[in-house]
Amino acid sequence: MKSRFLTAGLTLTLVLGTLTGCGSSASAAASEGASGSSAAVSEGASGSSVSAAASGEASGSASLEGTTVELTNVSYDPTRELYAAYNELFADYWQEQKGQTVEITQSHGGSGKQALEVANGLEADVVTLALEGDVDAVKNAGLIEEGYTSEFDLDSSPYTSTIVFLVRKDNPKNIQDWDDLTREDVGVITPNPKTSGGARWNYLAAWYYFEKQGLSEDQIKEQLKALFQNVVVLDSGARGSTTSFVENGQGDVLIAWENEAFLSLEENPDDYEIVVPSVSILCQPTVAVVDEVVDKRGTREVAEEYLSYLYSDDAQKLEAEWYYRPTNENILSDYEYAETSNTITEIPEDGKWIITNVELTDISHFNGWTEATEKHFADGGVFDEIYEE
Amino acid sequence: MRSTKNKHTIPGFGLSMGITLAILGLVVIIPLCSLVIYSAQLSFHDFIATITRPRVLASYQVSFLTAFIASLINTVTGVVLAWVLVRYEFPWKRFLDGIIELPFALPTAVAGIALTHLTVSNGWVGSFFGKFGIEVAYTRLGIIIALIFIGIPFVVRSVQPVLEKTDAEYEAAAELMGADRRQIFFRVILPELMPSIIAGFTMAFARCLGEYGSVVFIAGNTPYETEITPLLIMSELQEFDYASATSIALVMLFTAFVILFINAAVQSRASKIISGIE
Amino acid sequence: MNQEKQVTKWVLIIFSTVFLAIMLLLPLFYVIITAFREGWSAFTAAITNEDAAASIRLTLIVTLITVAVNTFFGIFASWVITKYRFFGKKVLSALIDLPLTVSPIIAGLIYVLTFGRNSILYPILDAWGIHIIFAVPGIVLATIFVTFPFISRELIPVLTAVGNDEEEAAAMMGAGFFRIFRSITFPHIKWAFLYGIVLCAARAMGEFGAVSVLSGHLRGKTNTMPLHIEVTYQAFDFTGAFAMSSILVVMALIILVLRNVLEYRGKKENG
Repeated sequence: MKSRFLTAGLTLTLVLGTLTGCGSSASAAASEGASGSSAAVSEGASGSSVSAAASGEASGSASLEGTTVELTNVSYDPTRELYAAYNELFADYWQEQKGQTVEITQSHGGSGKQALEVANGLEADVVTLALEGDVDAVKNAGLIEEGYTSEFDLDSSPYTSTIVFLVRKDNPKNIQDWDDLTREDVGVITPNPKTSGGARWNYLAAWYYFEKQGLSEDQIKEQLKALFQNVVVLDSGARGSTTSFVENGQGDVLIAWENEAFLSLEENPDDYEIVVPSVSILCQPTVAVVDEVVDKRGTREVAEEYLSYLYSDDAQKLEAEWYYRPTNENILSDYEYAETSNTITEIPEDGKWIITNVELTDISHFNGWTEATEKHFADGGVFDEIYEE
Repeated sequence: MRSTKNKHTIPGFGLSMGITLAILGLVVIIPLCSLVIYSAQLSFHDFIATITRPRVLASYQVSFLTAFIASLINTVTGVVLAWVLVRYEFPWKRFLDGIIELPFALPTAVAGIALTHLTVSNGWVGSFFGKFGIEVAYTRLGIIIALIFIGIPFVVRSVQPVLEKTDAEYEAAAELMGADRRQIFFRVILPELMPSIIAGFTMAFARCLGEYGSVVFIAGNTPYETEITPLLIMSELQEFDYASATSIALVMLFTAFVILFINAAVQSRASKIISGIE
Repeated sequence: MNQEKQVTKWVLIIFSTVFLAIMLLLPLFYVIITAFREGWSAFTAAITNEDAAASIRLTLIVTLITVAVNTFFGIFASWVITKYRFFGKKVLSALIDLPLTVSPIIAGLIYVLTFGRNSILYPILDAWGIHIIFAVPGIVLATIFVTFPFISRELIPVLTAVGNDEEEAAAMMGAGFFRIFRSITFPHIKWAFLYGIVLCAARAMGEFGAVSVLSGHLRGKTNTMPLHIEVTYQAFDFTGAFAMSSILVVMALIILVLRNVLEYRGKKENG
């Protein structure tokens, strides 16, 4: 009998041991951090790591020369292209400033899911998510310190976006504004506000439009109900919706991030048009340094610089080129659309694409994300009501 | 020591039991326990309220209905496929036999994407059905199609070995006694196959019930219409509502247990009958 | 009579072929066609970029570890269940089968709950610098979970059918565990065993749901092939996504064909 349990115990130890082995090798950089040595210095696939060990204790920038630092940026779906470009820009800048090579690992997915994963232990040095509410979730898990929205300028949103309509070429259903989306003959594509950050902006923008028409809250709900009854596919993420609309040919109008809409137009110039409604919402994607992680890994300096460089002129231009609205007014006006029309049938050749003739509300109109989520998107909230029979 | 000596003539009980329990504990039992612990955060009343919200109930209905229909279709075709693969010879038999497991290997998301592209109204298959006014993608029919794809291997692989073992001589004997072919199949062969058919069906059903990757692409995900339970779990998670997510997950886990239990009961009855004959 | 038999035969064969052709081959065919939609060079570019290569590597590693662990487990588990009588055997075998019926989403979720930041284990593991979820070990664990019973399920029926007489006789004559296993049991289960490994490998390569919950989607680090496919697909790179998929399909086809050949040989050898 005794021997039986002995074996069981031994095996358990063996298995745990193996896992431990795997664990530490897979996260070598991080575990070194815990033991206090050269945390952020990676062994890097590029092989330029020989001199890396030196940088551990160094806080002065001079001795960063020739070393490599790793940074993980956990972001949401539509920013793939932007950050692919920005990471190169930043790597060059950092190399020039500090002489250090920075390798940035990207992770993209639904904003809420990404926040959840960071809160659950995904080691992100910085998060660049679709909305403040999601960053709040990371903060509430204790990873980000209070007051992160004032850590960087403009509520820590270096670029903004808005919600527009992508319609098929020549706008066959003549969709001009939000009330057209409630017409019976219109098929609408939007992701599910419960699972997608982008969709929450869509929903709130529509709400604001009907509110501005002077409707009572019950009437607004009626209108939104009509709108969501027209939804053909309620994908779980913004990219899924774009695919349903563009690749699978579903619906007549896609309610989308402005940047997503422009990317689709750029990819398929002859198939779509962008309609900017009369009112919309200023979407402020929020960025934050994940304090617990950067302190553990010793990457605070580079992480903070990574985010604040998003406000630099070069970065702001890059953001505009990827169809985000720069927050720097001067650069924004450089990209302002020349025509007065609210429909863009093709990407302007001069690269000036930003339609400013739209009234934008923002999240403070809904008393911030905590309240908006509670009222509209939580279980039993208004969105659930809309779908109840 | 005494008792083990009597029971286990073959050496190695301690070793093999130890290893089995250790891995089982680490991979299955401990993680499942944490699910139970997390859902215990809710009071019983809240737990019941969470798992019986109208939208959640509707998702059970969608999940059960589509999984049931898909598994039923797979059961019929699975028996036919097994029969064809065991009893007949034809040139491309080994090829057909070889590809049965492909749905396992193809990531469910890819299957979902490919099936969606095929069945949307302008896709290869969808345009055909469109002529008859039938929409496949973004309806429950679409979900069923995806689940059929996922569930193909289960019944075939469960029935095949049994069919290989059942003697063609039984059938010959029955035939000599004047039974016609339909009678032979329904009276002689089918009862013999029944336990394995049920095993295949329950496994396919359970798999279909939990399927997520392929369904989210093809389903349309409209609440009350085409929203499946696993998607609901995902959306609860997205709202950081762990308690709700784990509660719904617990319901699904319980269902999985029940399905396994039914299967086990059927199998042990069947094996008793068989050993009784022997 | 015979003619009627022939008619039934061909009707059934045609039915089976058409069913598999539409339900199985058509989607695969579509995947491969789309993969080559933009020509051969786009295809090779899609599968040779750094992230794609990293994901192929990761998938191979995960599959290898999974198959090794599950083989190890499967042998001992099926041995325990078929060779001895003990209390709680039914519960044990039900628990072994349980992962087959658990939704992949839940499979991922339970590991997040167990090893995530909110778990009591997290501070301990973190102090040791061990990362399980959002790292390779978590992906391996989840894959082991979803393919857990694949090998034991193949072995148990065969072992039951063979019975224990030979092993008992050998044990009487004083043979040890490993000796008995190697020279008596293994030859019986060789083919079932191989089949189990093939299934396990195929499923391990393609697992998506569970892995997607706990991988963290770190590009080039924790993206397996199915996740890389998702990422490329979401980046509107359909060709790239389907190119990777077609590689998975081809890999699966190779193992399945290999299995078929081996099984055929095995049957020849035995009969």
